[in-house]
Formats: sequence, C-alpha cells, structure tokens
Amino acid sequence: MHIAEGYLPPVQAAAWTLAAAPFVVHGGRALIAEVRERPESRLLLGAAGAFTFVLSAIKLPSVTGSSSHPTGTGLGAVLFRPPIMAVLSTIVLLFQALLLAHGGITTLGANVFSMGVVGPWVGYGAYRACRAVRLPFAVGVFAALALADLSTYVTTSIQLGLAHPDPAAGVPGSMAEFLGVFALTQIPLAIAEGLLGVVVFRLLGRVAPGELRSLGLGAAVPAPPRQAAGASGSGE
Amino acid sequence: MSPGTETRRRTWVDVLLLVAVVAIFAVPLALRLNTEGQPDGETYAGSDSTAISTVESNNPNYEPWFSPLFEPSSGQVESGLFALQAAVGAGVLGYVLGRLSDRRRREGDSGPATPPSA
Repeated sequence: MHIAEGYLPPVQAAAWTLAAAPFVVHGGRALIAEVRERPESRLLLGAAGAFTFVLSAIKLPSVTGSSSHPTGTGLGAVLFRPPIMAVLSTIVLLFQALLLAHGGITTLGANVFSMGVVGPWVGYGAYRACRAVRLPFAVGVFAALALADLSTYVTTSIQLGLAHPDPAAGVPGSMAEFLGVFALTQIPLAIAEGLLGVVVFRLLGRVAPGELRSLGLGAAVPAPPRQAAGASGSGE
Repeated sequence: MSPGTETRRRTWVDVLLLVAVVAIFAVPLALRLNTEGQPDGETYAGSDSTAISTVESNNPNYEPWFSPLFEPSSGQVESGLFALQAAVGAGVLGYVLGRLSDRRRREGDSGPATPPSA
C-alpha cells in the first residue's frame, strides 16, 4: 500500500496530504486525551502501535504468487477507536519513508489516508456492525482486522488509479488493474491478520481485563474462571 | 468444567488459530502457487513494486518528481532495516504482554478483587 516517493503528481499528493492532515491532528488530540484520562491505557497504546509496527514490516507470500504486507491497524481501532490510529500509522509510515525508502514524504498524505484513516474506520465500522447484530466478539475482531487491512489496499488502488489512468480504459480501467495487483494478493493476508488479531485479543482478555473493561470492551474478557475459580487459585 | 480443562481448551484454540495463520502463508509457498512463468528472481515480488511497474506501463511518460532522501544502499541493508522495524515492534509488544501478565499473576496472589492501577 506504500505509494512510492514521487509517484503521485504534485497536486494530488498535496490534496491527499490536506485530506489526511485533519485526521492526524484530531488523532493527536485524542491520543493526548486518552493518556490523560486513562493513564493505565499507556501499555495497551504501546501494544497497538507495536502491532502495526511489526505487521507492516513483514512481507508475506500470497496465493497470487506475489507478496505484500499486512497493516495491523484494526487492533488499535477496536481498542482505542480509529482517530488514534491515524497518528500511530503516521509514525510507522514516516519511519518507513525516511529509513527504508518505502513510501515517501510526498506520498505520505495519501499513504496515511489509506492506512491510517480509511483502514481503521472501515475496520471499526465492521466491528461495530458485527456487535450490533450480536455476533461474537471474536467475529467482530476478525472482521475489524481483516477489513482494515483490505480496505487500505483498495484505497491505494483507487489513489493510483486516479493518478495514472490507463491509456485505453481510463481511470476505472486503471483502478481495476491496481485492484488486481493489490486487493487479490491481500485477501489471504487479511484473513491471516484477522485470525492473528483474535489471538491477540484472547491474550489481552486474559492479562488486561481491567483496561479492556474501562475501554468498554468487557466482551473481550473471558467470563467464568476469574469469578468462579477462587477456590484453587491455580486457574490462570 | 474445571479451571484446568478450561485453560487447556483455550490454549488449544490459540494454537489452532496460529497454525491456521502459518498455513495461510506456508501452503502457497510450498506449492509455489501461481509462480509458474515468473523468472527466478521475480517470484513473490512485492505488490508495492508491481504497482510501480503498472504505473510505468500505463503512464510511460511519468517522471517521479521527487526521490527518497535516504535510500538503503543495498538489498541487504534494506532487509536489515525491515528486520529492525519488526524487532522493535515485537519487542515492545512482548514487553507489554509480559508486564501485563506479570501484574495479573501478582494480583492473583494478593487476592482477585484488586482493581488495576497505573
């Protein structure tokens, strides 16, 4: 999903930067407010940022014969709501643009928009939708992580399609081409990321029940053993 | 169900989920799905670089108007930096999970009802 440095025309690069900027500023405020109101959230914030950091560094093979990397933004979107992920994604993308020549400064806005804005919001929306129809928490988490990942790449395809229309088929044709490059490859990665997210939430439910409850995610906490165990004490 | 069986069942679910994650990547890699016809160095090319080739074929006159300020001087250095990124992320994640689970264990020793404090 990293659009390479210089690969968006200046006007579009500026437009995506303007589009992404308010989300990053708002996310920065949300991040500061979160730390102030719930200092105990700091550890989980670190976990959310670290998860994106690891996942976006790992390029994985896919059934299409090419490889790509997950985004890891859905986890933080479920934990802390999407705005905070705009900031955390910007940090990851800056690191990669400056040290790895992956992505770029001129394309930072577009990349933040896909990975830090669209992905987290789509993932969070999917999570809320699953919960609204009373699907199990794990299903919501799976949907959040998988769709945050996939929608990021769909957004990149749209951005590249707008910037580089196909000489014959125009913008729609070019979007379809980029979707062929990105979206198909991404499907198995998104599924794997969803499953991994379920594992992480199962771990967090066991080790951080207090934090999850204060974030309104009591559903992630396994109910029985804690209250019922008492007697043996060897439960966990 | 006794707490012991419950814990064991949960561990199994975690293990199965992780096996599924690994299988999603290992199976296509082992069977070399869709890699036929790709020249040797090109198998499993990154989608980001494939996108650059697509730009170049759609829009052959496009000149990137800005180039990276710093570029790792070789593929080795680049993969090292990627590994560093993954290591930092995994390290922080492991640290957080370790601290949380340690705190959880201590709460377990001193009585279950202690609310988490920062």
